[in-house]
Amino acid sequence: MSTTDFNKARRRHPTPRHRLAQIGALSITAVLTLAACGGDAEADGEANGNGSETNASSGEAPDSLSVTTFNEFGYEELFEEYEELTGIQIEHNKVDTAENARDALRNSLGAGSGASDIEAVELDWLVEFMQYSDRFEDLSEDAPADRWLDWKYEDAVDEEGRVIGFGTDIGPQALCYRADLFEEAGLPSDREEVAAALDGDWETYFDLGREFVAASDSAWYSGSDNIWQGMINQVEVPFETEDGEIIADTNSEVKDLYDQLLAASVDDELSAGLSQWSGDWSDAFQRDGFATMLCPGWMLGVIEGNADGVEGWDVADAFPGGGGNWGGSYLTVPTQGENIEAAKELAAWLTEPEQQIKAFEAIGAFPSTVEALESEEIQSATDEFFNDAPVGEILANRAEAIEVQPFKGPNYLLINVAIQDALNRVDVDGVDDPESSWEKFLDEVEALK
Amino acid sequence: MSSAARMGFRSRASAWDRKYSPYLYISPFFILFAIVGLFPLLYTAWVAAHDWDLIMGQGEFVGFENFTHILGERAFWISLRNTLSIFILSTGPQVLIAIVIAYMLDSHLRAKTFWRMGVLLPYVVTPVAVALIFGNLFAERFGLVNSALEIIGLNPVGWQSDSLASHLAIATMVNFRWTGYNALIFLAAMQAIPRDLYEQAEIDGAGRVRQFLSVTVPMLRPTIIFVVITSTIGGLQIFDEPRMYDHSGRGGSDGQWRTMTLYLYELGWTRSDFGRASAVAVLLFLLIVAIGIINFTITRRIATADGGKGRQPSRARLRAQKRAQRREHKKEAAR
Repeated sequence: MSTTDFNKARRRHPTPRHRLAQIGALSITAVLTLAACGGDAEADGEANGNGSETNASSGEAPDSLSVTTFNEFGYEELFEEYEELTGIQIEHNKVDTAENARDALRNSLGAGSGASDIEAVELDWLVEFMQYSDRFEDLSEDAPADRWLDWKYEDAVDEEGRVIGFGTDIGPQALCYRADLFEEAGLPSDREEVAAALDGDWETYFDLGREFVAASDSAWYSGSDNIWQGMINQVEVPFETEDGEIIADTNSEVKDLYDQLLAASVDDELSAGLSQWSGDWSDAFQRDGFATMLCPGWMLGVIEGNADGVEGWDVADAFPGGGGNWGGSYLTVPTQGENIEAAKELAAWLTEPEQQIKAFEAIGAFPSTVEALESEEIQSATDEFFNDAPVGEILANRAEAIEVQPFKGPNYLLINVAIQDALNRVDVDGVDDPESSWEKFLDEVEALK
Repeated sequence: MSSAARMGFRSRASAWDRKYSPYLYISPFFILFAIVGLFPLLYTAWVAAHDWDLIMGQGEFVGFENFTHILGERAFWISLRNTLSIFILSTGPQVLIAIVIAYMLDSHLRAKTFWRMGVLLPYVVTPVAVALIFGNLFAERFGLVNSALEIIGLNPVGWQSDSLASHLAIATMVNFRWTGYNALIFLAAMQAIPRDLYEQAEIDGAGRVRQFLSVTVPMLRPTIIFVVITSTIGGLQIFDEPRMYDHSGRGGSDGQWRTMTLYLYELGWTRSDFGRASAVAVLLFLLIVAIGIINFTITRRIATADGGKGRQPSRARLRAQKRAQRREHKKEAAR
């Protein structure tokens, strides 16, 4: 029912005439909601076992399929190719951020309708949807398990052994840096030299930063929230235990990283104090705002877009603390769809090694399939924008260096967002000191329990 | 006997017709309202009394627990503060400026329609586009406003880190969009004011300002009440502008501009807790009713303060009428 309240919230200042329109809109919403409730019951029925029967009718090829993705997946050309291959038209629904895509998918699952035939899900919130894994089709029969890296495949398997998503990309992180700013500050700027200088833990990275900011007007990194993603993805059990207990507030490992990061950001002024994805953050790429950035494969495209026309970006084959994975996604098929068989086929096709390589060439989405990772195309791929860096080889090396796949529970995203808020209160907004901001974070964690 | 009875029935039927038919004629509105307005309202209260997950649906009955939990949250009180602050910063100036603009549009202008359409232009722009533009203007580091401030030697303002500054920026967006719209409503009401009142006032020697305060404002009373009530409802439910104010849409790292509707959205959709989100919706409803009543009484007072009581003509108007009459008499006597 809050959906109708929500609609009211979006509609301001009703006048008599508008009220008519509003009533019309509301009645439509009400009907939809009621219909949705009915759909919900059906979805439950399907989940309880007779799903295969209802879906049997959808075995024939439909005219079109809908696919929802977020940010960039590099699928535009692939969709055209698929249409030529099969004659099936694809409606691409592109959501701006992963968080918005998540909220929309939750809403569709709750309403029992509204989801696309294929919905992309990001690693950080895949676990949340595992709680409702019966709302997604089991894909285990539709593609061989050994297509993917083991951990990528395992993450999408629920307690009953059903596979709810096919892996698209992974996010092994390298370090992107501005060679020209490094050189001006008297630091080594050559790819191999930088990698050698960065070989070590986070303190090594911060130390080099202290040396850099002493000799430069630019900051070392954009903001604490960017660096945090690198740090937290190296902690084995960060926020929740496998028993479902929330330990984010008591885990000293988390608090230590928080303190270490803020000391470097604020006390040593390594941070440019910009919140990731904000307008100021995007603008800073054009203004020599900062010299380094954590670089999962998909971030290469982001930097290239924001820093259009800026010369000097390069990629070093190194990462503080070894390796780490940031992000990467899955394609799921919600049970509420009408074209389930066709959607499964498309999801399987999109995640084949060949197609993954094409997505990598389009936007840098790093493949998660074994064959694609070993392929000549990936191994020899270079990126002109990043001074012709052998990005394929570098990211493949970085993927091998990943030692820890952190355990992420159903509250992972919410807690991580709360802690990034805590960092931003200190580093970006300056409204709190590290301790008072941490206290607020503790309150928020308490509210989740 | 039988004819008398028929007569009795007839007259009773026509009495019923007079008595009840009007209700029948307006009933479609209320039936529709009961389905799409009242039912959701009561259902929200029902949801608020339960554990309710967005995806899993209804859970246990918990009574007032959702409410006590919400009222114990710091985030709720901050969202209440933000909502009220943005509401005051937007509604107040908006109504005042709208009346003044309407008054200016009502005077003799060349190309009247052009100016009148001009003030409505911002209303046509979608709120999302407005928010994108203003989000850019008010960006903290490289925004246009702060750059301009720095050029003239002032300190940049923390449009996103400071609560009050962010409220001001959001109120500016709201005012940009709604002032012209309200001005046109006021303009329509102003044009219904009999012109002879102004003539009389002018003959009395009342200047433009005096005319505005003593004739225009009192005559606009019903319209002011209407505009204030509608902008109270809209202002307290403000969502688009704060949601679009930054990239995350969650109202700032410290909830600087997280309004009640944003808080409701976060509880319901991000945290999947419909029970608590509904509790916030119910509280918001009560708040709107309370502030609506307060505003209604205040606007009644203000508008009647220098205009006498109720629907009686204002004293200035009476005086003007009397003097005009006297002058007419004198003229006639002179003839």
